[in-house]
Parts: sequence; C-alpha cells; structure tokens
Amino acid sequence: MSILVDETTRVVVQGLTGREGSFHSEQMLAYGTKIVAGVTPGKGGTTHLGVPVFNTVAEAVRQAGANASVIFVPSAFAADAIMEAADAGLAVVVCITEGIPTLDMVRVAAYLRGRTTRLIGPNCPGIISPGKCKLGIMPGFIHKPGRIGVVSRSGTLTYEAVAQLSALGRGQSTCIGIGGDPIIGTDFVDAIRLFNADPDTEAIVLIGEIGGTAEEEAAAFVHEHVKKPVISFVAGRTAPPGRRMGHAGAIISGGRGTAKEKIEALQAAGITVAASPAVIGTTVAAALGRAR
Amino acid sequence: MKIHEFQAKQIFARYGIPVPRGDVATTPAEAEAIAAGLAREAVVKAQIHAGGRGKAGGIRRAASPGEARKHAQALLGQPLITAQTGPQGRIVRRVLVEETLPITRELYLGIVIDRSLAKPVLMASAAGGVEIEEIARMQPEAILKETIEPLTGLQPFQARKLAFGLDLRDSLLKAASQLLPALYRVFVETDASLVEVNPCVVTSDDRLIALDAKINLDDNALWRHEDLRALRDLDEEEPLEVKASKYHLNYIKLDGNVGCMVNGAGLAMSTMDIIQQAGGQPANFLDVGGGASAEQITEAFKILVADKNVQAVLINIFGGILRCDRLATGVVEAARELELKIPIVVRMEGTNVEQGREILRESGLNFTVATDMKDAAEKVVRLAKQ
Repeated sequence: MSILVDETTRVVVQGLTGREGSFHSEQMLAYGTKIVAGVTPGKGGTTHLGVPVFNTVAEAVRQAGANASVIFVPSAFAADAIMEAADAGLAVVVCITEGIPTLDMVRVAAYLRGRTTRLIGPNCPGIISPGKCKLGIMPGFIHKPGRIGVVSRSGTLTYEAVAQLSALGRGQSTCIGIGGDPIIGTDFVDAIRLFNADPDTEAIVLIGEIGGTAEEEAAAFVHEHVKKPVISFVAGRTAPPGRRMGHAGAIISGGRGTAKEKIEALQAAGITVAASPAVIGTTVAAALGRAR
Repeated sequence: MKIHEFQAKQIFARYGIPVPRGDVATTPAEAEAIAAGLAREAVVKAQIHAGGRGKAGGIRRAASPGEARKHAQALLGQPLITAQTGPQGRIVRRVLVEETLPITRELYLGIVIDRSLAKPVLMASAAGGVEIEEIARMQPEAILKETIEPLTGLQPFQARKLAFGLDLRDSLLKAASQLLPALYRVFVETDASLVEVNPCVVTSDDRLIALDAKINLDDNALWRHEDLRALRDLDEEEPLEVKASKYHLNYIKLDGNVGCMVNGAGLAMSTMDIIQQAGGQPANFLDVGGGASAEQITEAFKILVADKNVQAVLINIFGGILRCDRLATGVVEAARELELKIPIVVRMEGTNVEQGREILRESGLNFTVATDMKDAAEKVVRLAKQ
C-alpha cells in the first residue's frame, strides 16, 4: 500500500542535532517513523532524542542498520551529505535542505549516476506513507492511509491537496514532494512509474508548477504507459515571465515553461486538470467516480 | 542575480576572453574622455539589467568624443524603456563607451544547465544578434549544442566541433578553441546560471570578440563569492523586493490591487491564480516560508501595504511547521502596529487552526475569516472593489 518507504524503513537523520533536524525528528518519531540513528560529525557516541548519534553515515548503516536517510544539514554542506549517504549504500535519501547551489547538484547528479540510491529532493517536504512513516516535514495529521498516490513539486500546495483528499475520505498510498529546484533526484516520471507499478495505488495526483518541462515529460509518459487515472493541477497561471517564483526552478524563461503549455500537454495526454487549487480533491473524486 | 554588461565584460577579460576596448562612465565628461582615448568612432551603451536596449535607442554610435558626450548626456539619468523593462523603464545610471569594430559575422554563444540532463550545455549559432529564443522558434536546427560532462569539463574536441559547425577556420578556429573553454570556466567558477555572448563577433581582421556579455549568477551560490556579491546593483531592483530580501521573504511586486501573503511558493502561486479566477488581480507574490516568525510576518505586512495599489489583503496559510496560532499572533500585532484600515481576509488551515481563529476573533480587529481558498479569493476580490 505504499512506495519507497513503509513501516520497515530504518531512518538515519543527517543533521539530527541541529535546530531543524531536532524539531522535525521529534515530529517524525511521534508519527511512528523508525529513526534508528543520527549523524553529526564530531558528536558520534552521544544520544539525541533517544537516538544514537554517529560520526558518519557508514557507521549508522553498519551499527544501526539504517537503510534510508533524511537530510537537514545547511545548504553549504548538503551536497556532501547526499554523496555520503549514497556512498553508504542507502536505498532512499530525502534531502529537505533548500538553497543548494545548482552546480553542486550537477556534481551530485553525476556522482549518483550508476549508483542505486534514489534521491528525493532537494528543497522538498519529503515523503510520507500515511499511517506507516514519514521522512520529511509535512504535517502528518492531514494524511490518511488509502489508495491515491500524490507527487508534487510544491510543499504547502501539496498539503492543501492532501487535506482536500482526506476530507473527502480519499486516503493516500504515498505522497512524494519531489522538490522545487532545477535539478532534483526523483522527477515526476520516476514517481509515476513507481505508483503505476504499485498494485495498491489506484489513482495518481500530479501537482506541477511553472518552469522546466517536467510536466510535459510526465504527460508523455502517462500517455504511453499509464492506465490508472491521473489528475493534475499546475500552479502559476498568473506568474509573470522571467521572475523566479520562490522556488529556484519556478521560472518562465523565453516564453517556455508556462502553466498554459503544461496544462495543454497534460490534457492532450488524457489527464484531468483541476481548474482551481480549491477543487483538486473534488476533481479527483469525480474522476474516480467516473473510472468505477 | 543579474549583473551589468560592463561587469560581465570585466569578468570575461580576467579569463582572457577578448572584449572591445572601452570603459564605463557615469557622467558625460567621463564618456567623452573615454571616447577620446579610443580610435575615431565609439559606441555608447546604456547599462541596465534588461535586454532590448538596441531597439530602444540605448546603444548609440558616436563619430567623435563630443558626440559620445552628447549621447551620454541624453541617456544618463533618463529612463530607458525596452521590451523587457515594462512601461516605466529603467533609469540609466552608467554608460559603457567602447571602440567600434569592423564586424563581418555575428554569432551566438551561451551556456545554461539542461535541467533534465542535470548537465551544462554550450549552445552556439551562426545567427547571432537575435535572441536565442527567437532562433529556437524560427530555425531550431541552427542551434548547435554540446553537453558538458561536469566531472571532465568542456573537452577540446567539443570546442572544435562547435567551431567547425560555426564555420570558423584557421586563426578563428584557434581563437574559438581558447574562447569556448574560457567561457565554460567563467560559468563554473562564478556559479552562473547563464553565460551568454550575443553577439560574439568575427572582425574583418579575423578576431573573435565578445561584443555583448551577460552573466546571471546563482543566488544560492553567492555565499561563496564575496567578490561577485559586491556586483549587486540595488538601483536595478524593486525597493520593496530589496526590503523583503533582508527579511528572507520572497516578494515579487505585480500590478494588481489584491495583496497576498502565503506560506510556500506553490501555494502562493496558486493563490495568485485563484484571485484572478475570482475576477481580481494579485498585487504581489509573497512567500513567507515554512517557519516564519512573528517579526517576519509583521515585516511582510509592512511591505504588502507599502504598495499603494493594494486595496485588500488575503492571507492564505497552510500551517504545517508554521503554526496557525503563531501566524494569527503576528497578524494581529502587525495590524495593531500599522493601524491597518484596509480589509484583511484570513484563510488558515492546519496545525492549531482553532487557536489561530480564536486569536483573530478576540483581537476585536476587522478580519474576515474564510473557510477555503475559493471562498477567501471571492471575499477579498469583493472587498478590494468596494
């Protein structure tokens, strides 16, 4: 009933002892996430929030059996932290950190090629399999276990969509925030491929925004490979060209990357696009009603 | 972060990329003196952070130093309105005075990150002097591309491929083999998001020269480039946006009359969208971020209402990390401190939402509480029209 992470996932938090790391690790623990280790170089051997702290990710894997990581380290050190997690062989690495230089991520992407690690983010809210575990900063209580897969470039807009779904009784298998940066580890197509292969996910919600061509690529993939209902929303219909709308990746450049283009591509692929952010939940419910 | 042409050319020169002789002037007298030091003719180029200067009369040829002075006089201190500046234009505070060149060809060169490949790509075209987007639309086959492996960098064969593709032979091939790797070094070492030479000209005496220069820097990497941070020109930025950046608020001024304050970029964009769907126009984009403090919220409010066009404000918060009670406290404090008269519509959801609503109710201030985004947008648009 979920992809990538579930109740068996054993998490190491990189940056556990920091302010952000501490706050969100408490929330993750309260949600039931199995945090088995923290990593803060120089604080190895101590305990924080009842969790053993190690100097390196490799030690956290060897001694605590971690198989996934959440990264809360500052942007200057985040690229290094991702590579350390990949080197330690973790299957899933979630990088929450915002503001990593793009060329650092170019190097990270090159480092990850040929390795099995799946990076989620950076600059993302993380991933949650409702009722099982959350690796990230999303408010757990708005989620509900169920059969809808959610994938999004946004944070709070995803919470908005999820809350609408939960209120309508439509629970989620897994929700992934893929991040708002130009270079990210997991894109729409990766996430959709996983949801499509998951027998317990019956429909997919895709939340996009202006900038880049990820939505267009997702549309082409859905058209080609996906039979499950896909419902979408694209933020930024009113965004002015040439301006970076909060997210580093959310920019219309040279007239490309507009919401209009994306919506047209999604619709052409047979994807239902919600007309307004207020009706994402009801659009999903209506589409599923039709599908049955 | 954008920088000026003359700043980009100074960086180019440090990397051995040929640029026209010349210098930057802030007064007509300086412009005249620079022109006097150049041979015969000069070009006077307005320095603003926007393209389309040529068509707008911002680039002028001068046959004599006296004429350079006149052109500088006409440009300096005046707004220059181009296709990219908006109707109010940009005040010209500096002009670049350069030698003219015997141009035989105009080429395009540019480096950006290909997002889906996660690698830099060097683009070149024989159709320079036109915007690359225009070339891409009209004749995409005219754009040559070399994807650069980040771990090995631009290889000599790639530079040769592009040079031959641009029909650069003999001494020009050699020049391109030096210029292209230098351009890539600029891109990497300044942490640029864009390096563009449009046009890069071929002269009748077989030289390859960067006639124009554009470098956009990655804001996220500026912390490790103290020298580049110093190139920021606050005069080129919207004053309210400069103020917002001091408080780590993401603010972009727009032309409408409905101010909005939202947490999260995607939700902020959607809020703008739904305001428009309700028949209004957003006055701004404002993302207060995930963990905004009461102080940030107060400052955000000050910035919002400093825009005289704002007739009503919509606050749309999905409380996750940012708790609704903390938000409500910040909003009430700001409204009291600023003695706000304009109507405020608040839509809150998420963590501690009940306490948040309680705080708003008990404040005795005139907040309109909305149940969802649609309701909020409709209410604020109605109030803005009154």
